[in-house]
Amino acid sequence: MSLIRPYGDTTGDGMVQLSFTLPIEHSKVAEGAAVQLANKMGMDPALVVHAKPMGEGFTFFVVYGRVNHLVDPSTVEVVERDYPLLTPKEANAAIKRSLRRRLVVVGGCIGTDAHTVGIDAILNIKGFAGEKGLEYYRELKVVNLGAQVSVPQLVEAAREEKADAVLVSQVVTQRDAHLLNTREMSAAFREAYPAAKRPLLVVGGPRFDETMAGELGVDRVFSRGTTPGEVASFIVHRLAGPRTTQEKAS
Amino acid sequence: MARTTSALGIDRADVRRARTLARQVGKPIVDLAQRHTTVSVERATLRLAGLGGADPDGTPWVNRLADVVRADVGLEHGVSLPVWDALLRGEGDDLLTLAQKAAAGSVTFRVPEGRDAKRAGAAARKAVGAGIKQIDRQRVARERMIAKVGDAPSKPWIYLIVATGDIHEDIPQAQAAAREGADVIAVIRSTGQSLLDFVPEGATREGFAGTYATQENFRLMRAALDETSKELGRYVRLTNYASGLCMPEIAALAGLERLDMMLNDSMYGILFRDINPIRTFVDQRFSRQVHARAGIIINTGEDNYLTTADAIEAAHTVTTSQLLNEYFAKEAGLEDWQLGLGHAFEIDPEVPDSFRLELAHAMLARELFPDAPLKWMPPTRHMTGDIFKGYLLDGFFNLVGAMTGQGILLVGMMTEAVVTPWISDRDLALQNVRYVMNAAGNLREDFHPSPDGFIASRAREVLGEAIDLLEEIRADRSVPGEPPLLSAIADGTFGLMKRPADKGKGLDGVAEKASGYYNPATEILEEK
Repeated sequence: MSLIRPYGDTTGDGMVQLSFTLPIEHSKVAEGAAVQLANKMGMDPALVVHAKPMGEGFTFFVVYGRVNHLVDPSTVEVVERDYPLLTPKEANAAIKRSLRRRLVVVGGCIGTDAHTVGIDAILNIKGFAGEKGLEYYRELKVVNLGAQVSVPQLVEAAREEKADAVLVSQVVTQRDAHLLNTREMSAAFREAYPAAKRPLLVVGGPRFDETMAGELGVDRVFSRGTTPGEVASFIVHRLAGPRTTQEKAS
Repeated sequence: MARTTSALGIDRADVRRARTLARQVGKPIVDLAQRHTTVSVERATLRLAGLGGADPDGTPWVNRLADVVRADVGLEHGVSLPVWDALLRGEGDDLLTLAQKAAAGSVTFRVPEGRDAKRAGAAARKAVGAGIKQIDRQRVARERMIAKVGDAPSKPWIYLIVATGDIHEDIPQAQAAAREGADVIAVIRSTGQSLLDFVPEGATREGFAGTYATQENFRLMRAALDETSKELGRYVRLTNYASGLCMPEIAALAGLERLDMMLNDSMYGILFRDINPIRTFVDQRFSRQVHARAGIIINTGEDNYLTTADAIEAAHTVTTSQLLNEYFAKEAGLEDWQLGLGHAFEIDPEVPDSFRLELAHAMLARELFPDAPLKWMPPTRHMTGDIFKGYLLDGFFNLVGAMTGQGILLVGMMTEAVVTPWISDRDLALQNVRYVMNAAGNLREDFHPSPDGFIASRAREVLGEAIDLLEEIRADRSVPGEPPLLSAIADGTFGLMKRPADKGKGLDGVAEKASGYYNPATEILEEK
């Protein structure tokens, strides 16, 4: 793949737009300061197209300009989907064939996070983005614990339900609460279960970085825009997919 | 027969029918609430009598005292008689000393009888009455200040949120927001607070996605906004949350510290926080009686139904909840001008005619509750991170607000679901509101939907569905002897969440009143 740069209206023009606020009263100097920032960020030439005082001592800017940076898509690292996307019917059939029982999913929002919108989008039958939620899958038993579940409660519910997979949603990110909570959760599961028996741990939320699974001690991180079908397919792939050596051994 | 003409072709008989049904569904709940008390109602009573502060571990003295009384004599008589009986017996010079001694285990409480009960009741009434007088003084102070510095210049009132977690950071942000044009400042609460069975004490500097509601935080913020109100020549209102397990106490503190609006929904805690239904309805009634007395405007939470359910399919649940909230509010003594009934702009923008549907729903609310301020909530579910599209959506939200005479408009942020609002987000959002109000604020004069048209038909349809739902609830007998609304909540009628009356958080804080139960706060608040 070839190197690329931003596109405004002509190939290779490198045009970008940027908006920001500087803590300075609006003046010619303020506009110059905005240009200086844009220049330092690599925009050259940079054009302040809008500057407006905001509150006392602040000015808001919109800047257009050209960058000369090139990006190389071939060096970008992302978590690509490494499992096949299944329809609910295919997922159900795979579970039936492989587990010969319903696969149990326990989910909730941990910590003080009261935003169930994410976990509900994945679990509730209503679903998200036109896809039905996991409750719709006949071969999935879904236990949605809702909001503000403590980690011990989550572990206990997972044991009680004999969970195959645990789904945790985190929306609130203040003071990195989502990362702290996730680490606490994965540690609690490692402590409560022998490694081979531990349920699959999946976290999701709009501000997660999908490459952080290892660092957070979970099996998968899903970010913004994930659909129920993707989550179901991942769970089925890992728990009811083609047999792995690990499973043969057990 | 006032207002015989309906812009939406609604039959007045249907409106009366809807209200009758709401009363029939609500009345058994009020009866239930009157038969019970809760730990938080009792603690609120102690707070009104002037007991504040906390022990060195941060447990409020009202909790320490109420817990000991409960352990000694149970909750069913209320704490007032045992507490003031102990004071009259010389167990402590004042409430604080008594609470400290009780916590140390050196006081035993009893339920006084005969003359002792009379004397204890009278002493309790005097002490609690002083707190209610303080609430009355604060109400007068608000009215005086509005008369002196002026009120918000126009409707809707512009409602902006601060949420740093640190009260000392919130204050300058709130003052800046007021200078930028906010008529109402809401201090978002820390996410965990609704499930705390005590009210934290003092000025707080740490919270998650919000700041703890405490008496001291209320006082600090109100004082700061009084200063700003004088500077700007218009009274800036302050909002917080009377919700969760400590709803009655927070309502009392709000009255004492002159907050102006409180979020206070009849079913939100049950459905979205899994708080026990009976606990909620008992706490609810007491908190609303306090709000009525304090001249506080309540904001109900119907917008939340639409964040979990589909905004078209569930439109009638909003109407149903508004009717129930209205009934419970009026029963508790609130007047129309105090009813900020909630609704929201949450229909998927990809749906054809989504704007017309929003307009229909908002007009229906306006027509059903002509004298209530109504609180109009901006889109959140379909704010995607495409801030440009979000800005347009907020513009259409503002337009519906302008066309339907909303009383309170929560300003939508284009960075909803991206970041907590930046200074520029707030400024751009206010520009959006100002442009729409300036350009189309009087459009209501000209805009009359055709009676057979899409908008009027849709409004009638939603009202019809709300009436059907209320009838269905009234007929719910799935738990014999239980108020039908409790059964309906247990069945998952609202927001798809099943909440049985014998489950949920805070149930152990509920007690059925004994025959000698006495609560001076309720007695005073129910006197006309």
